[in-house]
Amino acid sequence: MALLEIQDLHASVEGNEILKGVSLKINAGEVHAIMGPNGSGKSTLAQVLARHETYEVTGGKVLLDGKDLLEMKPEEAACEGVFLAFQYPVEIPGIGNAYFLRSAINAIKKYRGQDELDAMDFLPMFREKMKLLEMDESLMNRSLNEGFSGGEKKRNEILQMVMMEPKLAILDETDSGLDIDALRIVAKGVNDMRSKDRAFLVITHYQRLLDYIAPDFVHVLVDGKIALSGGPELALELEEKGYGWTESDAQVLPA
Amino acid sequence: MSSSVDAIRGLAEQDYKWGFVTEIDEDRVPKGLNEETIRLISARKGEPEFMLEWRLNALRHWFKLEREHAEPKWANVTFPPINYQDIVYYSAPKQRPVIDSLESIDPEILKTYEKLGIPLDEQKRLSGVAVDAVFDSVSVATTFKGKLAEMGVIFCSFSEAVKEHPELVKKYLGTVVPTTDNFYAALNAAVFTDGSFVYVPKGVRCPMELSTYFRINAAETGQFERTLIIADEGSYVSYLEGCTAPIRDTNQLHAAVVELIALDNAQIKYSTVQNWYPGDKEGRGGIYNFVTKRGKCQGVNSKISWTQVETGSAITWKYPGCILQGDNSVGEFYSVALTNNRQQADTGTKMIHIGKNTRSTIVSKGISAGYGQNTYRGQVKIMKGATGARNYTQCDSLLIGDRCGAHTFPYIEVRNSSARMEHEASTSKIGENQLFYLRQRGLKAEDAVSMIVNGFCKTVFRELPMEFAVEAQKLLGVSLEGSVG
Repeated sequence: MALLEIQDLHASVEGNEILKGVSLKINAGEVHAIMGPNGSGKSTLAQVLARHETYEVTGGKVLLDGKDLLEMKPEEAACEGVFLAFQYPVEIPGIGNAYFLRSAINAIKKYRGQDELDAMDFLPMFREKMKLLEMDESLMNRSLNEGFSGGEKKRNEILQMVMMEPKLAILDETDSGLDIDALRIVAKGVNDMRSKDRAFLVITHYQRLLDYIAPDFVHVLVDGKIALSGGPELALELEEKGYGWTESDAQVLPA
Repeated sequence: MSSSVDAIRGLAEQDYKWGFVTEIDEDRVPKGLNEETIRLISARKGEPEFMLEWRLNALRHWFKLEREHAEPKWANVTFPPINYQDIVYYSAPKQRPVIDSLESIDPEILKTYEKLGIPLDEQKRLSGVAVDAVFDSVSVATTFKGKLAEMGVIFCSFSEAVKEHPELVKKYLGTVVPTTDNFYAALNAAVFTDGSFVYVPKGVRCPMELSTYFRINAAETGQFERTLIIADEGSYVSYLEGCTAPIRDTNQLHAAVVELIALDNAQIKYSTVQNWYPGDKEGRGGIYNFVTKRGKCQGVNSKISWTQVETGSAITWKYPGCILQGDNSVGEFYSVALTNNRQQADTGTKMIHIGKNTRSTIVSKGISAGYGQNTYRGQVKIMKGATGARNYTQCDSLLIGDRCGAHTFPYIEVRNSSARMEHEASTSKIGENQLFYLRQRGLKAEDAVSMIVNGFCKTVFRELPMEFAVEAQKLLGVSLEGSVG
C-alpha cells in the first residue's frame, strides 16, 4: 500500500477551482518533487494535504496509509504523521519556541497513546538538533518565529520537522529566500531524515534545491494538473527549457 | 464559511464552574436604601459613632448625586437602569462567627470555600498565603493572624479594624477615595459592610501573601466591600483578591472601594483575579462590577503596582489608579481583561504624576470573544510640579471571531514640559493562519487558541505571584472553553 495516494483531487478556494484533478502515488522511502510555474496549484496541494479549511475539496480522494485524509482535521492529519514546512511560517508572540515544540510533540504522543516527553528528555535532543541545523541557541526561548530572519524561520521549520519525525513531510518552497549556506544546511537536515519509512514531497520553483535533495521522482504541475512526471533528469530539462515546454509537449510518464 | 471560523464563533459555550449556591440561614436587612438602612447596618456591626456619621454623610452625598442623575454614563457599556431601592444592602450568615475560631463557622460555608479550592484550615494551606474570607456582607475567617501579629502586621476584616484599630481607620479611611469621589464610591461609603484591612508597620516585609476571597451567595443582595491597605515606611506587602458568585438570572451589583497608601520607601503589590459570574451566553444575569480602586504613593520612593486579571462579571467598570505624590514614586498597572459572550468591560487606569521624577507603566491586554465588548480607558496626567515624570503605556487588543469589539480611549494631559511619554497600541485578530499553523503541528484548536491568548497575556501574567499566575492561565483557558472545536 502506498503511503499517500491522491486520486483525481479537485479543490477550490472562494469558488475558483485551483486543483483540477491531481493524481499521485507516493511510497514510503521516496522523495517526490513538485515543480511548476506560479499559480499552478503547488501550494494549494500542500495546504489541502495539511487540511487547511480555507480550501474546499470538490472531488477526488486522498488516502494516507489507507485512511481517508480528507476526513481529518489539521491536528488529526498532523497526529497521523503529516508535516508541512510552511512557505511563510507564522509568528506567535509570547510563546517560547522550545515550549511550543514540546507541546506539539506531546499532543501527538498523546494522540498515539505514547508517553509524553518531559523537559529533561526534550531539551538535550532539541539542543542537538539545533546544532545540526547551525541555529543560534538564543532562538530556543525566543517567541515562536517572532523577529526571526527569513532564513531562521525556514531552519526553524526544518528543526520542527526533524524533532517531530513525520511519516510524510511536505516542504513548501522551503528554499525560497535561503542563501546557499542555509540551503545546504536545510538539505542536510532533510537528507539525514531520509529513511525507508518516510516520504517527502518537496515543492519548489527551482532545480537548485534538487541539487542538494535528490528526488526519486519529479512532477510538473501546470494549471492544477500534473502535466509531466519523470525522474530527476526532468528537473534539469525544465531548468533548461522553462515551463513553457511542458505545456506544448505534455506527456505523462508513469510515476 | 470555513469551520474554524465557525468554531471560533462557538465561543459562546462557556461553563461557569463556580455557580453553585450554598444553603444557609441569612440575617438580612430589608431591601431599600435610606438612613434607616444605614443605621441598621452600623448597629449590626456595633460601629463607633464616627463610622455612622461618615456613612450618613456619604449617603446624603449619594442622594444628591442621584437627584442630579450623576450616575456615570460616559463608560462604553450599556445596561438598564438599576433600581437602588430594590437591593438588599446587608446579608450575613446567621450564625455570627466568632472570628479566629473555625469551629464556630457554619460548616456549609467552610464547605463552600473548600469547593472553591480555598481551605480556611491553616494546616491545609500549602504555602505561605494568609486568607481573609468574605461571605456576602461579612468576613467569616482570617487565617494566620497570629503569625502575622508577631511581626506587627495587622490583617483582619474591616469590621474588626474599626473596633480594634479605630485610630488607623480614622486616619486613613477616605483619604485616597473620598466619599464624594464618584457615584458608586459614595454608595459604597454609605453601605459598605466588610472587607479587608491591612497595616504593615515600618520596615517590615510581610512574610506571606495576603489574600481576600470574596463570595456573593445570597440572592438580591449587593456586595459592597471596602479594603484599606497601609504600608508604613520601608515596608512591603503583596496582596491578592479573588471572587466568585452563584449563577443567577438577575443582575447583582458589586460596588467595592479599595484604598492603598504607601508611605516613604514602601511598596504595595495588589493583584486581582476577578471571576464574578459573567451571565449566560445570551447575557442574562451576571454581576455588575462597578469598582473604585486607587493607591496613593504618598511617600518618597514608594511604589504601588496593580495587576488584574478580569475574566468575570457581566459589566466591569474599573480603573485602578495611582496618585504619585512622593518624589521618585512608581505606579504600575498590568491588566488582562477578557470579555466573552455578551460581557462588557470598560477598564483601565489613572496615573496622576504630582511628585518629581515619578514614573508609571501601563500594560493593558484586552481580549474580546463572542459578542464581548472590551474598552481600555486610561488617563495619564502630569502635573506642573512633576518635573522629570515618565510614562510608558502599552495597550494591546486581541479579537477572537468577528462579532466582538475592542476600543481604546487614552487621555493624556501634560503640564510639565520635561515629561516623557510613550504610548504604544495594537489590535490583532487571532488569524486563521496562526491557528492553522499550531493545529498543523498537532495541537487541538482549543489548545491553540488558549496558547495564543496566553502568549498575548504573558507580560501581565509575569507580574502575578507564581501560583496565581498558574491559576490565571487556567482560568483564561476555562473562560475561553468552547471557543473552537
